[in-house]
Amino acid sequence: MSLNTMVAVLAASLLSACAAPQLRGTGDLGVVIERAKGRVEIVETSGRSVLGKVDGLGDLSHASLNYSRDGRYAYVFGRDGGLTKVDLLEQRIVKRVMQSGNSIGGAISQDGKLVAVANYTPGGVKVFDSNTLEQVADIPALDETGKSSKVVGLVDAPGNRFVWSLFDAGEIWVANLKNPASPVLEKFRNIGKEPYDAMITADGRYYLAGLFGEDGLALLDLWDMPSGVKRILNGYGKGEQKLPVYKMPHLEGWAATGNELLVPAVGRHEVLVVDQNHWQEVGRIAVHGQPVFVVARPDNRQVWVNFAFPHNDTVQVIDVPSRKIVHTFKPGKGVLHIEFTPRGEQAWLSVRDENRVEVYDSESFEKLGDLQADSPSGIFFTHRAHRTGL
Amino acid sequence: MRFLALDVKILPVPAQRGLSGPFFYGLLCCVAFNVLGGVKNVLADEFPSLRRQADIVRLVRQDCGSCHGMTLAGGLGPALLPALLHDKPAESLVATILYGRPGTPMPPWGDFLSENEARWIVDKLQKGFPDEP
Repeated sequence: MSLNTMVAVLAASLLSACAAPQLRGTGDLGVVIERAKGRVEIVETSGRSVLGKVDGLGDLSHASLNYSRDGRYAYVFGRDGGLTKVDLLEQRIVKRVMQSGNSIGGAISQDGKLVAVANYTPGGVKVFDSNTLEQVADIPALDETGKSSKVVGLVDAPGNRFVWSLFDAGEIWVANLKNPASPVLEKFRNIGKEPYDAMITADGRYYLAGLFGEDGLALLDLWDMPSGVKRILNGYGKGEQKLPVYKMPHLEGWAATGNELLVPAVGRHEVLVVDQNHWQEVGRIAVHGQPVFVVARPDNRQVWVNFAFPHNDTVQVIDVPSRKIVHTFKPGKGVLHIEFTPRGEQAWLSVRDENRVEVYDSESFEKLGDLQADSPSGIFFTHRAHRTGL
Repeated sequence: MRFLALDVKILPVPAQRGLSGPFFYGLLCCVAFNVLGGVKNVLADEFPSLRRQADIVRLVRQDCGSCHGMTLAGGLGPALLPALLHDKPAESLVATILYGRPGTPMPPWGDFLSENEARWIVDKLQKGFPDEP
């Protein structure tokens, strides 16, 4: 080996040593949506820092995401119908497809191989290979008369199924995608007027759609599909004047706390407490405004609530056993989302108009710090990768 | 300084709540001609101040945007782009903003916006809504 060759080899090995990525896990990572910039921040919760930003995700004015089961990739669903696969470790876009004109959210299948997207325009669900983002199924949301419907409340369910609701038609559809090339659909009609969002309980058994057009919820027991969709909490506000709703509640964050489910009332400044054994209302908690996210701390002892305009500067904390509000504070205008760290010692809040994400100790309510973010909206930590419905 | 002011004002009939019926809306024409200084808009005080305009632009983009999309291309609520709105009667759009549309998720914004502010929003929506600064 000549001296020149030796120098070249040495240089090459030095270079590769420098370029070798530092190994790290993804369990303490997360993504913050910067809604006005079409950009996401990749954050880590152990040291509370921003690791980097990834640009070029289109219109993220309403955006959500799911994680691959290895917790490395985020599938980001943008308002403009863009589906973007982001690598959290390399901090780059792996692949991006424009799959519709207007989408609202998505879900990842039990086996992690399929990503489904809920679309408004044209209404329906499209399913993609989570590896390549190649489309594998297209399920238009057409009602009996052939009219297109906006799709809301799309979640994954055990058995490689997806469940969603049709806003305009008032239907719930369950799709089995064990064979993605030929989805098997089951449709439940007349479930109620204007389902606006839905959730599935953490065990993947109960699918609940909130209704905007009438008081009540539509409940589907996936262990007992032949019994169909039941209406619960029918007319929970009967005889009361409905208050205007300046922002739709989100149901992904509905809090299931042991035997009780805490859900935002619609048009009432209340959180409803529902007994999961009998599916009856067992209490109401008066809160500061129209609740948007009602999020349980992972230990279910507390529930944090944010609110619609014009009360979106405030967050309240409910103590679940006593159903009392134990803390009220005002982080700033436009508190859009609440996300707990995997085991719940911290709550991260996005404060849109302050351009920051604030971090709170969930026990003392002390503010621990903040991170800069441009008009932050959704905050999503990677432990969602292993939770049904998230 | 001398003003020649032509002031024709026909007040619109109060909009019906619910917007189901026809609207009566009149021409509102208020023109002032300043002989020395050229055309001048004497209605300036009826329009929101520049600072208030910035607040309204933010309100529309961020808060109306939570249903209609921040780009106003639509979401759970319909798109609010000029192509769809330019030929709609402005008064009915103003009434929709102020009183909402009962039977739909559109709430009334009359507690947060004056009639003139709603009128300003409609005018901008029909022409192409400004971006936030």
